[in-house]
Amino acid sequence: MSTEPQQALPDRRTMLRGLGGAFATLLAPGVTLYAFGANDAQAQASPKVRWALLIDLGKCPAGCDLCVTACREENGWQGNGRAETDAQWIRKVRLRDARTGQDREVPVMCQHCDKPACVDVCPTGASFKRPDGIVLVDKHICIGCRFCMMACPYKARSFVHEPVTDQKPWAPRGKGTVEGCTLCVHRLDAGRPPACVETCAAKGGGAMLFGDLNDPGSEIAKAVARHAPAQIRSDLGLEPAVRYRNL
Amino acid sequence: MAKLRFQRLERSSPASWAMIGLQVLLLALGLAAALYMEEHGHAVSGMSNQIVWGLPHVFAVFLIVAASGALNVASISSVFDRPAYKPYARLSGLLAIALLVGGLAVLVLDLGRPERLLVAMTTYNFKSIFAWNIYLYSGFVLIVGAYLFAMMDRRASQSTRLGKTMGWIAFGWRLVLTTGTGSIFGFLAAREAYDAAIMAPLFIAASFLYGLAFMVLVLAAANRDAGHELLTADIGKSFRFLLSIFALSLLYFTVVHHLTKLYAGGHRGVEIFLLRDGGIYTLLFWLGQIACGTLLPLGLLAAARDPAAVRRALPRASLLFLIGGLAQMYVVIVGGQAYPLKLFPGFEASSSFFDGVVASYHPSLPEWLLGIGGMALALLQVSLALRLMPFLPEARTADRSPVAA
Repeated sequence: MSTEPQQALPDRRTMLRGLGGAFATLLAPGVTLYAFGANDAQAQASPKVRWALLIDLGKCPAGCDLCVTACREENGWQGNGRAETDAQWIRKVRLRDARTGQDREVPVMCQHCDKPACVDVCPTGASFKRPDGIVLVDKHICIGCRFCMMACPYKARSFVHEPVTDQKPWAPRGKGTVEGCTLCVHRLDAGRPPACVETCAAKGGGAMLFGDLNDPGSEIAKAVARHAPAQIRSDLGLEPAVRYRNL
Repeated sequence: MAKLRFQRLERSSPASWAMIGLQVLLLALGLAAALYMEEHGHAVSGMSNQIVWGLPHVFAVFLIVAASGALNVASISSVFDRPAYKPYARLSGLLAIALLVGGLAVLVLDLGRPERLLVAMTTYNFKSIFAWNIYLYSGFVLIVGAYLFAMMDRRASQSTRLGKTMGWIAFGWRLVLTTGTGSIFGFLAAREAYDAAIMAPLFIAASFLYGLAFMVLVLAAANRDAGHELLTADIGKSFRFLLSIFALSLLYFTVVHHLTKLYAGGHRGVEIFLLRDGGIYTLLFWLGQIACGTLLPLGLLAAARDPAAVRRALPRASLLFLIGGLAQMYVVIVGGQAYPLKLFPGFEASSSFFDGVVASYHPSLPEWLLGIGGMALALLQVSLALRLMPFLPEARTADRSPVAA
């Protein structure tokens, strides 16, 4: 009887070692993804900056969708002709005041909230906020649970329902993951404004003002201080970075 | 009191083999549907960027909620010291684990990237109620497993203290678990149909009802192979009372939830939608949840006076409660999303992204198969476990009556 446990011990050890090895092999991809996911993007952003957009609806004519087209071309989210499942990173929402009968159109995209509900609810941390306030999805660790879409009050995110082709290298997309406006983070990191802002200024009404809210000398900081522009669903206290004049 | 003995199902009627065969078939179809959705993307489902959680979530949440409630009987027996429930405590634990596994399987297979489950288990955001739930769900399986061990192991079961301690831990855990599931919706401040702390107790009341209803149906189905009446006159009377109390509690929380939303002016729109103008959601609420899923089974239970009538009424009422439960989950989960998000209060909104309009949703065949497959997985585990291990009580002398035809 006494010899049995002694014989069994090395076997058990070997088995445990094998299990440990198998477990480490299974964990490795997750750990690697984590290492090269959100952290990489965050490393380039400065916490001293708070990127923001001020959209003057008085300069945003009805029927103009230059910002939408520019975003779609820049980031390659053209649809498949299926409106209910196609992605939309930015859209124009037509508003009608029932009492006065007045109409206006509002470009709506991810509002890059200071306290983003999507980041709070994401189980894996795939939804994250860079130090400069840009809210992104880490496509490597998004599991496609869509809880962020349930939590976002702005309907700003889309789920990729079908396989995607012809992706832009700077805006990776993946079937089964969630996506939304990145504020053209690839352009920002290269010192250029978002595609929508650039196009609106060049060909549209110049309705979009982009800049750093934390810089008191910036045009956007001065305009926000002067006009106290509106935020969509400010009652929720998410402190969005996108503000609207003449809403 | 006579020593309690347990049995595994040794007799196998053709009907029970047919049932197991059906469960295997439905499970296989569910897996095939999941593979199909994984291959082609969610475009082959009825889900969209408006209805992001569809029928699979209805089944998954229903099963997960039922799982915690299935532990009722074990809790009553050990935590509240009611020996009459002890013969059913093992089945109660087994059913709790099986339902949870079935629900979780659906939830995971409905992910956009189910193969990244490992990422979900290694990368956490502790601010997320979903991340807490990953712990709550896996912890539940471990704790109920240990609780079953404490009840079933020859040596461990000698210690009443161990059983009671495990019973208390499991009882506390399941309350937290269902609070977590309810809070997935309760914490969603952006959506008018949710955003209410009452979602947590409402889900707990629902779990009590669904879990016990599943328990009754499994006992009724196992009757023939057990060779004696599992729903004895005594336990039948208790289950009749408990089901009625649970159904009334759920009705109470449902009424308070809707009245609160109706009272607050800002949320009246979503209530009018769900209760009056919502088409399929209104129909499912009044006809599915309230009439067929609450009032009718309550009436059946109330009308059953003698033990034989109770024995007949219990499975029928339980089936109706479960149908009502599915209807309720559909109204909560899908109906709550169908009502448009109000980005600009006071304005009429429209866009190419369906702002301001009620979202349409038609569940596709793969979604049905996936959801039903999860239910089949849960029941298959129970069917097999009952044949492999002694989960069911043996007949006591007083109950050795033949099974009613």
